[in-house]
Amino acid sequence: MSDAFGMTWRQYRLERRMFWRNPSAAFFNFALPLLFLALFGAIFAGNQDDLDVIVPGIAGLSVMSTTFSALAMNLTFLREQGVLKRIRGTPLSTRAYLGGVLGNAVTNTVIQVALVILAGRVFFGVGWPQDWLELVVFVVAGVVCLASLGIAWSHVIPNFDAAPAYTNIVFLPVIFISGVFYDVDNAPAFLRDLAEALPLVHVIDGLSAAMITGESLSDNLSNLVIIGIWALGGIFFAVRGFSWESKRS
Amino acid sequence: MGPKAMSEILPCFTVVSSESAIVVTDLQKRYGDFEAVKGISFSVRRGEVFGLLGPNGAGKTTTVEILEGYRHRTAGDVSVLGFDPGDRPVALRQRTGIVLQSTGMYRHIKVREAVAHWAALYPHPRDVDETISAVGLDEKREATTRQLSGGQLRRLDLALALVGDPELIFLDEPTTGFDPAARRASWDTIRALRDLGKTVLLTTHYLDEAQELADRVAIIKGGEIQAVGTPAELGVGAKTRVRVSWRDEEGLLQERQVDDPTALVHELTGAALAAGHDVRELTVTRPSLEDVYLELTADVDAVTPAPEVAGV
Repeated sequence: MSDAFGMTWRQYRLERRMFWRNPSAAFFNFALPLLFLALFGAIFAGNQDDLDVIVPGIAGLSVMSTTFSALAMNLTFLREQGVLKRIRGTPLSTRAYLGGVLGNAVTNTVIQVALVILAGRVFFGVGWPQDWLELVVFVVAGVVCLASLGIAWSHVIPNFDAAPAYTNIVFLPVIFISGVFYDVDNAPAFLRDLAEALPLVHVIDGLSAAMITGESLSDNLSNLVIIGIWALGGIFFAVRGFSWESKRS
Repeated sequence: MGPKAMSEILPCFTVVSSESAIVVTDLQKRYGDFEAVKGISFSVRRGEVFGLLGPNGAGKTTTVEILEGYRHRTAGDVSVLGFDPGDRPVALRQRTGIVLQSTGMYRHIKVREAVAHWAALYPHPRDVDETISAVGLDEKREATTRQLSGGQLRRLDLALALVGDPELIFLDEPTTGFDPAARRASWDTIRALRDLGKTVLLTTHYLDEAQELADRVAIIKGGEIQAVGTPAELGVGAKTRVRVSWRDEEGLLQERQVDDPTALVHELTGAALAAGHDVRELTVTRPSLEDVYLELTADVDAVTPAPEVAGV
């Protein structure tokens, strides 16, 4: 058991080193959401209601980009390069390997959400989160859900050249309709209904409650349930379809 | 027939299996309608270098990937170090090293870092620096994989397969893309593995490589084994005949293909002795593995599978 933990930990540390050695990946993970935050912060400057929307919105975007987008892209790359197949031939267990990979993604999520909270506090007049426990619950739920959906989505992506397109065709529309940049109540009804069926808007609702409104966790259970349903689907397809080799077609 | 019945009929069966690193019995693999492997059987003894030789699409890699646990077989029995690789037991993966035909690596990992990381996955690894030296990557220890040439990457593949100190090593075309010097160096490494008592299953399309390294060779074509034996046996047993050549009195190069060169050589040397001169440039050449291989695989294109619906 300690050996299994040791292997997971070693894999995690390797993934961290590889992450920092790839400057463009590090840039997209950390700089892009902060750039969005800075731009929209400038646009909404002085309007606290809008700033109160944008800060948890960017936090939700960060959860999605560090898990869903990063895993869909990275796994496609590692699969196509044959790194997954090579690892498959070693004694490293699937659990330890994926544990390391997920740990790496979650670390990025934590760093990113912390940066957003800090920026909100320092630059945009948003106070410290009202309910830290609720914050943790929704970050964890968002990570589990969007990470498993990212792994599942990587099975759909045919090759690495197509990975950015396949990832962004999901990521960009979802962040636009889920109220990252504006209050979702102002959107037309059909878009609102569509967003309500997807998980990100519920992650953002939960983060907003924890960070801004202070609405309690028990008032946000419906959000958790919908995230949970998507997570179950994501985990099912992530595990069921997991492939260590790229399809040769 | 179950294993018990088998051991009753063949009392040596259990002995054979404990001395065999790999036993393949009537292995079949089908992809849809395509039969990639059509019921092959062979065994690899512990401590030998066994070569699988054949043209592209012969079923070599499919066979090896079943033995490595990457693919499931359609039918037949396979035992690798006493395990069924289809179950992917950890104990088996701890005792085998794999060099795949083409496979990538993390792009930003350094050579030493990669070998050290891999070493930690195995219960009794070899020394990391020693392994790097053994494959000749000393000077590239701190280089990332992006900075390595194709041949150097291939040597890293070998280092990663060897660092766990495996008993059994799968080498799928291990020297493809090597310059001649690197190739010789890798051959030395593979010979050193045999000297250490390791078992090696080697697939290659280089005939000289099989001839140099393999204790025994199976020639595979169209998913079937055409011949198995030592390189020398395959040469001797083949239909290809022994070639005798010499320069005659007019200075012309003569050549004859015979089953047994004894009589011809006797005739030539007898005549020369009687006339009081030498038989110039007399050579007697046994067919090489290459001749046998070319003969056995020559009709690859000629043999098209007979359509089964022909009589309908």
